[in-house]
Amino acid sequence: MNGETLTILPALPELILAVGAMALLMLGVFRGDKSYRQVANLSILLLVFCAVVMINQVGGEREVIFGDMFVTDAFAVFAKTLVYIGSAVAILIAGKFLSEHNIAKFEYPILILFATLGMLIMISANNLMSLYVGLELQSLSLYVLAAMNRDRLRSTEAGLKYFVLGALSSGMLLYGISLIYGFSGSTDFDVLATSLRGEGGAPIGVVIGLVFLLAGLAFKVSAVPFHMWTPDVYEGSPTPVTAFFAAAPKVAAMALLVRAMINGFPALIAEWQQVIVFISIASMLVGSFVALVQTNIKRLMAYSSIGHIGYALVGLAAGTQDGIEALLVYLAIYLTMTLGAFAAILSMRRNDGMVEDIDDLAGLSTTNLPMAVAIAIFMFSLAGIPLLAGFFGKWFIFLAAVEAGLVPLAIIGFLASVVACYYYLRIVKVMFFDESAGAFEGGHGQAVSAVVGVAAVLNSPVSFLLIWPLVGAAAWAAGSLLF
Amino acid sequence: MMELSLIDMVFYLFSAVTVASGMLVISARNPVHSVLWLILAFFSAAGLFVLMGAEFLAMLLVVVYVGAVAVLFLFVVMMLDINFTELRQGMLQHLPLGGLVGFILLGELVALAVAWNFGADVAKNAASPAPIDTATTNTEALGQLLYTDYIFIFQTAGLILLVAMIGAIVLTLRDRPGVRRQNISVQVQRKPGEAYDLVDVDTGKGVSLPGKKG
Repeated sequence: MNGETLTILPALPELILAVGAMALLMLGVFRGDKSYRQVANLSILLLVFCAVVMINQVGGEREVIFGDMFVTDAFAVFAKTLVYIGSAVAILIAGKFLSEHNIAKFEYPILILFATLGMLIMISANNLMSLYVGLELQSLSLYVLAAMNRDRLRSTEAGLKYFVLGALSSGMLLYGISLIYGFSGSTDFDVLATSLRGEGGAPIGVVIGLVFLLAGLAFKVSAVPFHMWTPDVYEGSPTPVTAFFAAAPKVAAMALLVRAMINGFPALIAEWQQVIVFISIASMLVGSFVALVQTNIKRLMAYSSIGHIGYALVGLAAGTQDGIEALLVYLAIYLTMTLGAFAAILSMRRNDGMVEDIDDLAGLSTTNLPMAVAIAIFMFSLAGIPLLAGFFGKWFIFLAAVEAGLVPLAIIGFLASVVACYYYLRIVKVMFFDESAGAFEGGHGQAVSAVVGVAAVLNSPVSFLLIWPLVGAAAWAAGSLLF
Repeated sequence: MMELSLIDMVFYLFSAVTVASGMLVISARNPVHSVLWLILAFFSAAGLFVLMGAEFLAMLLVVVYVGAVAVLFLFVVMMLDINFTELRQGMLQHLPLGGLVGFILLGELVALAVAWNFGADVAKNAASPAPIDTATTNTEALGQLLYTDYIFIFQTAGLILLVAMIGAIVLTLRDRPGVRRQNISVQVQRKPGEAYDLVDVDTGKGVSLPGKKG
């Protein structure tokens, strides 16, 4: 380090985001809660600006800075773009909901900005220590966001549950990291990768540490068997916050998991592959079967997201460049489906506030056909019906798994998605063929309608046009990881 | 016969005092005495740091732990009315279970020590525990680590603390209506003319006072 000039250009978007978030915090503090709209709009602008700076200034060249702590490459650019989109949409769709529930505080966009910063650090982590601080920055913001509606019991319960279990998972993660450090002498991914490749294999302590590390990260992506918190937290948190939870942090944690495994422990692929295969199968099965009995649509989406993480993990389990490419495509499609579905849930309003039961959707096709069609598109896409975007995601994932010789995994995944079809199609059936439960009142705001519309178009057969550029970008991103 | 140098003797003195006072922290009946033993343990540990050549850490231990944390403990112990003897009542009862957990942990540590074999590639990663270069002082070496090598992590940790602060405020701060806060600028700007009114009271009629500004 001594004598070198400190290069900070690759971290420029993160620095802008950090300084901008603090400036907006000041703005909010001095102007009080009435500044919510202004802070929220400026936050969205800030996110867009950072994304533009990242794409224009940083680019896909692999650069490692801050003493090998922070890495930018094409993979980071791809994943960070998804995170920026997820965070900006989460702020965009929240305004109406928050002001109606008297929680339109300027801290909401600020906390989302800090959570986003944490996710960017996670995605760019090239060291177990920067992995941990990024994860904590993100998690801490998310705990607060979950409990944002502090006068409502479910919301505080969600926040507390998330916090306690999150702290436990951080503990496991740190224990694993300390074992890895103790037995390998380094926390740097590049050093770990080269020194563990040596003669005689890795010390047993590193393998045990790796299992703990995986357990901690599986909690963060809510993969089975570390998924227990997900349904309760998703149900209890304010809906825009749930939309945020289901989108951006999942992408960031998956990207982190991929980078840690592919860059940090390529020599231990046999060890981590079996763990990933197990949690992938378990997530797909639990996500499919337990969702069958849900009546609350937010809980249903929670199990759905658990299942989708299982499918995405199939790509990592393949451990090949094709697998990572499929995983990135899957995450991008999952992001559009999830954000669209949650925006649609935000439009489920009756005179006594928000309704969240699947039965409340009954007969939506007679009262609000465009919304019913949009929700049907999301459900078909989530189920992976051909012609829609979700199908491409699953197709690439299973293709990669088969090419990597994981045929049983692909078959289990396929069967699980057939089971999952049932509950997605049940929603479509309720909307189109059941007796109407009364119209939803409008007034959810133009932003929510716009998000529903754009996401529906992206998931509709229009996706045929978009899928190939997306695959190209994912291939470019996956190629930048060191295989 | 082992030769004991002065440094060895000082080391054993400090270690023995640390361990003994540590035992007394958990066995003292009076919680105030426990905290006092804790302070002695901190001082002895600081002495061990000095022996290792880490004088900056030794000073930090005294300043931060003895100066702030232990005093805070002392305040908590004295201010809060907690019956510590009651808390300690089940101790003998749970001793077998606690002892069992302790022994399992010990066994695991032994297993760990046995399994502690490094490959050649791994062994060269291990960093040296203290700066070998005697020209750099302790403080300088720590500063070098914190503010140069690990500046990224250090700054991110700062952001985490900021988020913790925001979170605490978001989740607990409430605007209470009807609270009379002191507003100094209003008080200072008050003029004698606003402070009192002279009213001529007609006999037998009483007076209605005009409303005053807060």
